[in-house]
Amino acid sequence: MLQETVTIIAYAFISLLVITIYGLTLNGLVMKIVARVHGRFGPPLWQPFIDIIKNNAKRTMIYHGTMFFLGPVFRIAGGIGTYLFIPAIHGSEVFANFSFSGDLLLVMYFFFFGQLGMALGAGESGHPYSAIAVSRGLAQMTAFEVPFALSVISLAIQYQTLSITGIVSAQQGGILHWTVFTNPLATVAALIALLGMNMHSPFDIVLAPQEIPIGPPTEFHSAYLGLLQTNRAIFNLAKLVLFMNLYFGGATNILILIIKTFSIYMLSVIVGVSFPRFRTEQSIRFFLGIPTILGILAVIFQKL
Amino acid sequence: MLKNQENQPQKLANAGLPEHEKYLFCDARPRIRHPFKGFWEKFLNWARANSIWMLAYGTGCGAIELRPLMTARYDVFRYGIAPRPTPRQSSVIIIGGYCSVKTLKRIIRSYEQMQNPKFVLALGSCTINGGMYWDSYNTINRIDAYIPVDIYIAGCMPRPEAIIAGFKKLKQLIKSGKAEGANLYAENFDWYKANQKKIIKDWNMPDYNW
Amino acid sequence: MTKLIDRLKANFRIKNVTMQRADLIFLTVPEKQAVSLITYLRNQENFSHLVFLTAVDWIEENKFQLNYMLHNHGFNFSLGIRVMINRQKPVMTSIHHLWEHASTYQRELKEMFGIDFPGSPEIDQNFILEGWEDIPPLRRDFDTLKYSERTYFPRTGRKSHDPRKFMKSKIYPEQGEER
Repeated sequence: MLQETVTIIAYAFISLLVITIYGLTLNGLVMKIVARVHGRFGPPLWQPFIDIIKNNAKRTMIYHGTMFFLGPVFRIAGGIGTYLFIPAIHGSEVFANFSFSGDLLLVMYFFFFGQLGMALGAGESGHPYSAIAVSRGLAQMTAFEVPFALSVISLAIQYQTLSITGIVSAQQGGILHWTVFTNPLATVAALIALLGMNMHSPFDIVLAPQEIPIGPPTEFHSAYLGLLQTNRAIFNLAKLVLFMNLYFGGATNILILIIKTFSIYMLSVIVGVSFPRFRTEQSIRFFLGIPTILGILAVIFQKL
Repeated sequence: MLKNQENQPQKLANAGLPEHEKYLFCDARPRIRHPFKGFWEKFLNWARANSIWMLAYGTGCGAIELRPLMTARYDVFRYGIAPRPTPRQSSVIIIGGYCSVKTLKRIIRSYEQMQNPKFVLALGSCTINGGMYWDSYNTINRIDAYIPVDIYIAGCMPRPEAIIAGFKKLKQLIKSGKAEGANLYAENFDWYKANQKKIIKDWNMPDYNW
Repeated sequence: MTKLIDRLKANFRIKNVTMQRADLIFLTVPEKQAVSLITYLRNQENFSHLVFLTAVDWIEENKFQLNYMLHNHGFNFSLGIRVMINRQKPVMTSIHHLWEHASTYQRELKEMFGIDFPGSPEIDQNFILEGWEDIPPLRRDFDTLKYSERTYFPRTGRKSHDPRKFMKSKIYPEQGEER
């Protein structure tokens, strides 16, 4: 009994560590790719690691209140929670994480959980830019959640299960069994929602990096910011792994996981470097337009 | 180099604030944060030197020379330097050129909001000795009387290449553990505050902007 | 435009009419008639644009000279109105009721020259100098060098060169200091 518990915890740590390192490297790689598109050299691949070390090495921290302190904690709890309930590699014991029969619902909940905690924390920091960005972010999130939720409902009808493992198993046995071929409408709707989730260029009004408001983390610094950066790597990858599982047949070993998640991420990176930014109301209108219609059609076709 | 501050009063007066606002602001003094010893501090200094986030705040004409740094031609991102819009997250503030009394007030606010290992890069001859505004009624003559400066970059204006050279020099200073401006500021806090209050006559902010 | 000057001369005591360019005339009016002249020009003669409002310190004559620059977009014609006011008690009637943005110019004049415009909005608030305690800095009896040396911390060892000579001596030292 004790041995089993220790094994499970150790597996969770290994899985989390691998995914954190991979996520940070992916961030560095994307920075490099964006720089090459701009015609620059760009920062080194390991820049996100140095940034996190630097932020955690700051000697002072300012305390604005309990929720301010808990904001990044909620955020990273949301990130780790999302990841740990998604089976990362199909059939692997280490990377199966805490998958269970209804995990898809829990994962959908965890998507929101971190954002809400962060919103409360950013609100207590008292910075006006944080409040602006939180309202923008929550509005945009509500919008892209609609096509994504419709797509997931369509999948649930298609596979008659809410277990991610079940969905992945149903897609095994050839490339044509993947959801992207069996249910293309739902896939397209979800991939458009993914663009919003990843907060790359057309939909990055929330963070608006390097401009006047940096978004909710305006007032977060030092180790708070280190936590947020770590979470960005984990949460990002949790989303990618989820999409890989739901629509692209999952992965049976870590190499396939890396190839597939990287390809899915490249979609939003390519869209990000080629398109200018939407305003909040434009992006909401966009998500509630064609992607939502596609999502509804996907549900209807599954029901027919 | 760093001495103890035990015989100093631990609370700041915040005399510039109106009475009904005093409870809103922190009145603690900045304290010296001693660095670790040995290898660990060297490792942290290496990280600090390779991830310099500069506060994107143009205080004078020199700010125009900072923009090209981020373009494809000069590309400071390859040295781990990135602009940040908020002083909380940035580790280096760049005093870009001439600095009027009105700007100095904002510089002090921004500088004090930055977190402890923090560095100051001063551009242009105006920050060194007043430059062409040396006899102006409104431009300060030397910035190091008000905040501790790590690197001065001479020129009017220094070209982006000179600024990159300044950054490289700053990296060497950080790696060798000599860039302890924040501790210097905490140590000589009263001297800096006296200098600042000498020229900022309407001091309507807390004595230390936490 | 001579017609306009003649019309004005019929009603106002106008002196020193100088024609700077074909489209720019300066004239002087007494302090008492200035605001009524400006109102007349704005309402009757279509000078709808206040271009600027500045001051000159004539310390020898103990006067401040206010310059109101008005522009008529119909004729593309500018008219500068000089008003001499007493330097000891510099008070002038505000014209913020004619142009709202005049109040900003008046705030600046209050701060830089100490000229008061009673009734102008926010006239007593800081414009650029925050918490200035000395005499207004653009008055000519204000010595900026002395103030700078007294207030700021001048770094010693400051040296000035003629850039042409200095660079010559640097680049071609064999040619000597002269030439």
